[in-house]
Amino acid sequence: MVEAVSGNYLRQPGGIKSWLVTLDHKRIGILYLAGIMTFFIFGGLLAMLIRLELLTPGKELVDANTYNRIFTLHGAVMIFLFIIPSIPASLGNFVLPQMIGAKDVAFPRLNLTSWYIYIVGSLFALYSIVAGSIDTGWTFYTPYSTQSTTSVVSMTLGVFILGFSSILTGLNFIVTIHKLRAPGMTWYQMPLFVWALYATAVIQVLATPVLAITLVLLILERVFGIGIFDPAMGGDPVLYQHFFWFYSHPAVYIMILPGMGIISELISTFSHKKIFGYKAIAFSSLAIAFISFLVWGHHMFTSGQSELAAALFSFLTFLVGIPSGIKVFNWLATMYKGRISLETPMLYALSFLFLFSIGGLTGIFLGALAVDVHLHDTYFIVAHFHYVMMGGTLMAFLGGLHFWWPKMFGRLYSEYWGRIAVALVFIGFNLTFFTQFILGGRGMPRRYYTYPPEYQTLHDLSTVGSWILAAGFIITFAYLIHSLIAGRKASGNPWGSLTLEWTSPSPPPTENFVGTPRLTHGPYDYDTVQIERGQV
Amino acid sequence: MSNAEEHPAYLAHHFSEVEQQRESAKLGMWIFLLTEILLFGGLFCAYAIYRAWHPDMFYNAHAFLNVYLGTLNTVVLISSSLTMALAIRRMQLDDRRGAVAFLMLTLLFAAVFLVVKYFEYSHKFHLGQLPGKYYTFTGVKGANPHIFFGIYFAMTGLHGIHVLAGMSAIGWVLAKTVRGRFSSAYYTPMEMTGLYWHLVDVIWIFLFPLLYLIG
Repeated sequence: MVEAVSGNYLRQPGGIKSWLVTLDHKRIGILYLAGIMTFFIFGGLLAMLIRLELLTPGKELVDANTYNRIFTLHGAVMIFLFIIPSIPASLGNFVLPQMIGAKDVAFPRLNLTSWYIYIVGSLFALYSIVAGSIDTGWTFYTPYSTQSTTSVVSMTLGVFILGFSSILTGLNFIVTIHKLRAPGMTWYQMPLFVWALYATAVIQVLATPVLAITLVLLILERVFGIGIFDPAMGGDPVLYQHFFWFYSHPAVYIMILPGMGIISELISTFSHKKIFGYKAIAFSSLAIAFISFLVWGHHMFTSGQSELAAALFSFLTFLVGIPSGIKVFNWLATMYKGRISLETPMLYALSFLFLFSIGGLTGIFLGALAVDVHLHDTYFIVAHFHYVMMGGTLMAFLGGLHFWWPKMFGRLYSEYWGRIAVALVFIGFNLTFFTQFILGGRGMPRRYYTYPPEYQTLHDLSTVGSWILAAGFIITFAYLIHSLIAGRKASGNPWGSLTLEWTSPSPPPTENFVGTPRLTHGPYDYDTVQIERGQV
Repeated sequence: MSNAEEHPAYLAHHFSEVEQQRESAKLGMWIFLLTEILLFGGLFCAYAIYRAWHPDMFYNAHAFLNVYLGTLNTVVLISSSLTMALAIRRMQLDDRRGAVAFLMLTLLFAAVFLVVKYFEYSHKFHLGQLPGKYYTFTGVKGANPHIFFGIYFAMTGLHGIHVLAGMSAIGWVLAKTVRGRFSSAYYTPMEMTGLYWHLVDVIWIFLFPLLYLIG
């Protein structure tokens, strides 16, 4: 059993209630982790149902209308309840103050409020599932979303509320990074994960309000028929798409940027080498955040926007490739001649590099006007965004979770099972989604309930892939839970990492540090600082 | 940080000095105001698009808004911003009673604004100048005049909700002031509420000409 470390944040008196009223950013991070993992499992089960239904062209389990609801829910749950809050609100909340040597985020009460807002938003979403569900796709496109008989209002209201949770987290992080860095920590001494969270927070704060007002207009459209998205009443449905994607494209970078930040930490730590191109990586995060606001039109190449606009959006979309490429090459250069150790977090980082590169490059295909006309709304795009969102963000999230798990709970998980799970996830993921690139190239449209018989082999391979993927996740859950009960005790710094959060014991005390931490070296000075793994 | 003088009760544990806490609150508030501007930004954008598409209809429809009541409300809101600023000034001078008086005056102006808005709204409801499918008025020339009123109600309605939110915040600050929680050394919540209230005012200053003074 764990001996009671004095002040260990997990072992404060008060039981469950002390968790529900906690202002400690670490505990709030854990609360978020519990929330998002619940929805990850739920969204994952929906995905399994989708793949199972597509095993044959005919009816497998559910009818076509139910199928429409399932894929809509899968998208809405995974996007709004899992992936957007995933890294910033759980891992970010937990480590950000520790990484910059602060005792907490700037507004602890607001931080707890964000979590409760998240819970309220998710209750609305769950209510809409019970009250007839929703079948519009997660994008809620008009005019269908104003006519569908499913419970669109409660779901969009839920997403509206979740948006506030996201805004408040972003606001909190920006102020924390500006005002609460430890004495002597300049901007260029911050870990790159902090830079990534900063860039993410800027997008959260600037883009999410626009989604909020868009959803308000959608609700007004449904309830009062104000008609501004309805062509029969002089409105314009494409305006909805513009509004929606003005948020939702930057939101894609809300999802990927924190993941990129984690990868910077993992690659430097497990290569035991100073990160290559620190400033280039830091500023490429900000560049991605900036460009993200200028590319939304690439979702409407086939929706009837002007050719000039389409050409400009296409060009701007290609620009995103530059900062993304800068990051990937810097990570590779960091690994070059490093002392690489292949523990579970690093294996996830390597999976990220491989999968994100495929996801990013296929994004360039889709940004090209002529190619997009062929590939728009096919499985190609489904595969593309799963390579970025799942192959990118989820791999980074899992890498980060494994990396900080010993810090969070003071326990080590089984490295053996960890590696097996990575292998299964990697193989299962590629089998599930690479087949979808081929299907999409051949013309399989997204969101369809049925398909011609000649597509069946690839569909079946994809479904088998989803089973392998699920096996990987089940193993992961099993050994992580097992580690909480019977894992070996973790030292303060099991990976030999140089960032500040590893200078405190695992799990850290409530106040994070004993006294105000003093900086003796930069976050990546592996070339000048000798650090023994396992040292406290 | 060794004595109570440097770590007063209103200084949260994770800040090392009062100035750091105040600066954090200010930065946070300004970022929040930015999100509010973007929230309204969507509506301003919708306004710009539909006015560009239907300039004549917008011109004809706006004539049914009451410029006098709009002007009255503009004066009322600007006055309330002044009294809010004066309340903060009183607090800086440790004049608690003066601050309480000005805060109450601010609340009064806000209430007047809402009452005037109520009369404007009910007049339009009466004429059938309602949003979208409930629109029954026939006196406006041009296609789809309901769009103008839809945008009018969306913008002023959202603004009205912000007035209510601002009033709650002012009421909360007022209660704290009465209970003597603020002094010239610490009045951050009042200052933040003031910033929010000025934003509510500024948004109205944009709404007024865009809706009432077309042409």
